Amino acid sequence: MQSQATYNYKVVRQFAIMTVVWGIVGMLVGVIVAAQLVWPELNFAEWFHFGRLRPLHTNAVIFAFGGCALFATSYYVVQRTCHTTLFAPGLAQFTFWGWQLIIVLAAITLPLGITSGKEYAELEWPIDILIAVVWVSYALVFFGTVAKRKTSHIYVANWFFGAFILTVALLHIVNSAAIPVSLTKSYSAYAGVQDAMIQWWYGHNAVGFFLTAGFLGMMYYFVPKQADRPVYSYRLSVVHFWALIFTYMWAGPHHLHYTALPDWTQSVGMLFSLILLAPSWGGMINGIMTLSGAWHKLRTDPILKFLITSLSFYGMSTFEGPMMSVKTVNALSHYTDWTVGHVHSGALGWVAMVSIGSIYYLLPRMYGKTEMYSTKLITTHFWVATIGVVLYIASMWIAGVMQGLMWRATNPDGTLTYSFVESVKASYPFWSIRLLGGVLFLGGMLIMFYNMVKTISGQKAYDAPVVAPAAAHA
Amino acid sequence: MDINDLRSILTVLAFLCFLGIAAWAYSSKAKKGFDEAAQLPFADDDMPGSEAGHRKEGKKNG
Repeated sequence: MQSQATYNYKVVRQFAIMTVVWGIVGMLVGVIVAAQLVWPELNFAEWFHFGRLRPLHTNAVIFAFGGCALFATSYYVVQRTCHTTLFAPGLAQFTFWGWQLIIVLAAITLPLGITSGKEYAELEWPIDILIAVVWVSYALVFFGTVAKRKTSHIYVANWFFGAFILTVALLHIVNSAAIPVSLTKSYSAYAGVQDAMIQWWYGHNAVGFFLTAGFLGMMYYFVPKQADRPVYSYRLSVVHFWALIFTYMWAGPHHLHYTALPDWTQSVGMLFSLILLAPSWGGMINGIMTLSGAWHKLRTDPILKFLITSLSFYGMSTFEGPMMSVKTVNALSHYTDWTVGHVHSGALGWVAMVSIGSIYYLLPRMYGKTEMYSTKLITTHFWVATIGVVLYIASMWIAGVMQGLMWRATNPDGTLTYSFVESVKASYPFWSIRLLGGVLFLGGMLIMFYNMVKTISGQKAYDAPVVAPAAAHA
Repeated sequence: MDINDLRSILTVLAFLCFLGIAAWAYSSKAKKGFDEAAQLPFADDDMPGSEAGHRKEGKKNG
């Protein structure tokens, strides 16, 4: 049975295209700040200074690139697995235009130095309010669609998307509480160590729910679809979900080891970070094992290469993360480039690659085609991106450990062996390699952009008919 | 009893709740529903041009 209604692909299409566009913009800014570390002369104006561009880079890649990918995939998956159109499509359009406005405002205010100074939450209060309004609208559309589903079950991917949407609303609203003193300046509603703890409760859960739960939602839909096999263990996915929900919230203090935060809080943060290894690896194994019996597909299907490689990086960075949360390891790693390498192993290897794979899956379907213009170019993109990530994280590991060792080295009389600037000098070669890795990853995105334009140019936008669920379960 | 006892109790309850969920997920009772739910992405052919409107057994998708 087929009804006349069609799925709301328009908003998926818009967000999917903007994912690629903002990915290029955000990664270009990343390449610029990487170049500024190699050639400090590039800091030629205050609005073009590393200190202002770095938050622009993080906001653009996390919230513009990652955010658009999450909107696109969640709107697609929730419709397809619930066999229904979006609840309030007008509101979904509002989330698209609202989100783009937020991104543009961020791109204007951050270089101007308008910032609340909270990492990953730099945007000032009027933009924060806009984010809250858009996000609540997103929640209404998503949960409204789940509520009007035609199926009895709610597929596990929607649980992950739902948790991500709810938690990000909570995190954003609590952490952004501030007292405005002018249109462009506000001060946090919290003070001292409480402010720090709330900031990193927000910060780490932004990693846990924005950058993990949401993208796991992608993984649980697109890996089975692309591999044409149901998820390896559905019950493991349920336990995976609840284990993440029960543990992630407590891991934030590991960002504040050896600070004014009470010692017991640091230890709790470390313990819960270590526990997180179990659900993270459970999820990774579940995703990768979905391919069991179909490993040969990995040889020929570059989309599957992206998805499965992303899970490998997810496994690597969720092993590395708990290790770095151990206080004694953190004493070496914190404030060094090791952290930067760890973040990019997660952000480029996991988040970007699973998004890229999912968007390659979505784009042709948004235009009534069965595949991208060139599968060969997807393969090229895959290898360029993979080499880029490996160069990036390997150079940052070496630089980070070296910096940590140099900073803690003391002479027999107790004085420091190295001045800070000596560690900067020693880091130069690795920063150059990192720049090369970033350029490669950005180059991959440009290949994707070309492939996208070729795929959709001359094609009419396509809206698939709503498929009624089989009467009994098929 | 001060507020910290309540906090400890809440933590223990949350842990027990998680154990309950895990036991339920691995019970045979949940299995049928899970098997059905796991098929949801496939009850729906999303390849343009092949939307028959109903699920064909052994469907192809990309």
